Order: sequence, then structure tokens, then C-alpha cells
Amino acid sequence: MSEEATLHEVFPVKARDFATAGEVSGRIKRILKRLGVDSSVVRHISVAAYEVELNLVIHSLGGEMELSVDPTSIYLNVTDVGPGIPDIELAMSEGYSTAPDDVRMMGFGAGMGLPNMKRNATDFHIESEVGVGTRINMRFALN
Amino acid sequence: MKLRQIQELLEAELLWGEDLLDEEIESAFGSDLMSDVLAFVREKTVLLTGLTNAHVLRTADMLDVKCVVFVRGKRPSPEMLEMAKERDIALMATKHTLYVSCGKLYAKGIPGVNREE
Repeated sequence: MSEEATLHEVFPVKARDFATAGEVSGRIKRILKRLGVDSSVVRHISVAAYEVELNLVIHSLGGEMELSVDPTSIYLNVTDVGPGIPDIELAMSEGYSTAPDDVRMMGFGAGMGLPNMKRNATDFHIESEVGVGTRINMRFALN
Repeated sequence: MKLRQIQELLEAELLWGEDLLDEEIESAFGSDLMSDVLAFVREKTVLLTGLTNAHVLRTADMLDVKCVVFVRGKRPSPEMLEMAKERDIALMATKHTLYVSCGKLYAKGIPGVNREE
């Protein structure tokens, strides 16, 4: 993250904690609204943040979401501590999901998360190593 | 179309959001799958669903959805009602099924949503 960032916050996300899943994204949304970010940009970031937060809760062993803001862009950098994604190309295809049944009962696990993040972000980068973890970097242009 | 007209068309009970009834709606989306709601819904959309858990309201909040209509006679929990108040989202409940509810709105000219690419 560049040194001239005007805001930088890190939010931990716990694995399998469905009761609070979505709260980090809600906080991020309120922070961006308070900063006066355009509502359409806020919506794109909120959706991507919510998708990635749910992915951390559903699939990861825990991780964190890092929000950074500079005058030109908003960055969401997300890391987890495993288990990693064996085939990223497959995971990026719409409709592919490894979510368990209990998650589907809650209305999730349709295999739309990663492609939806990519669609909402200006730049999207994902890398993953099985047994190590996954890193997702998203940038959202402010104009 | 205003939310109050949507309430009339669906013969829905307003559970919360009297102050929001003059909000303008431009499109509607019906689904029990919040993953798809996140992929499709745009602003000024009313969400129709048979799913009643807290994630419906968290999803609606992320998308700036101003009204959620619960179909098939489903009722949200008191906790969900509180969440809707905090997030300023109107809640309605109708006895109609998702199919019939969507049909009634579509017949009156409310379009569906297309995904932004």
C-alpha cells in the first residue's frame, strides 16, 4: 500500500462464524459512505467485500480484510491462512462451488462469489497455494 | 412505481417502513439464493424472497435495496425486523408465491434486472 494512503484498516474474519458474517462489509460500507465516496462505487465495493467475507467464513480457516483508501482508488486486500484453492480457473467459473449443504440452506454457495468480485472490481488478482492460503487483491477506481 | 403501489399489488402487509412507501422502484428481482441476488441486483430494486434469515437483510443492505418482500406467507424474525429498522429497509409480507408475486409486478410494467458486465 502506498504511503500517502488516507485510510488504512485491517479487519479479522473468523472461519465458520455465520452469526457475524457480513458485519465487516457493513462497517466498510459505512466508512466509505462517511468519506463521501460515490454511492455506485460504494455498492460495487460493498458487494465485493461481502462476497469475499462470506468466502472467508465459508471456506477458509480464518483470514483478514484490509481496506486502504488513497485519493485515486480504494483497495481491498484479503488474505487467509488456508486451505488454499487447488484449481483457481475452475473456482473462477460461474456455478462452480464447493460450499457444503448447510451454507446452501442459508442462500449461498451458488458459485457466483469469485466471478462477482472480479466483475465489481476495477482490478482483480487472486493467487493461492494449497496448504498455505489464498490472497485476493482488488482495486476500485474512484472515477 | 412507488413502494405503496407494490404493497397494494401484492396485497402485502407492511411489517416496517411506513416512511419508505414513497420510495421509487424501477425493477424487481425474485430469488431465494442470495448469491444470485448479489450478482444481479441494482439500486432501486425490490427484492422478493422466501428466505428468512439475517443474511437476506445483510445482502439487501450491501446493495442499497430499499424493500424486501417475503413471499409464500413467510415471516421474518423479530431480530430481522430490528435489522431492517437499523438499515432503513422496508419489509412486507405477502401470501402469494414468488411466481405469482413476480407476475403481478411484471404485468404492471416493473422490469427484471440485467447484470452489469
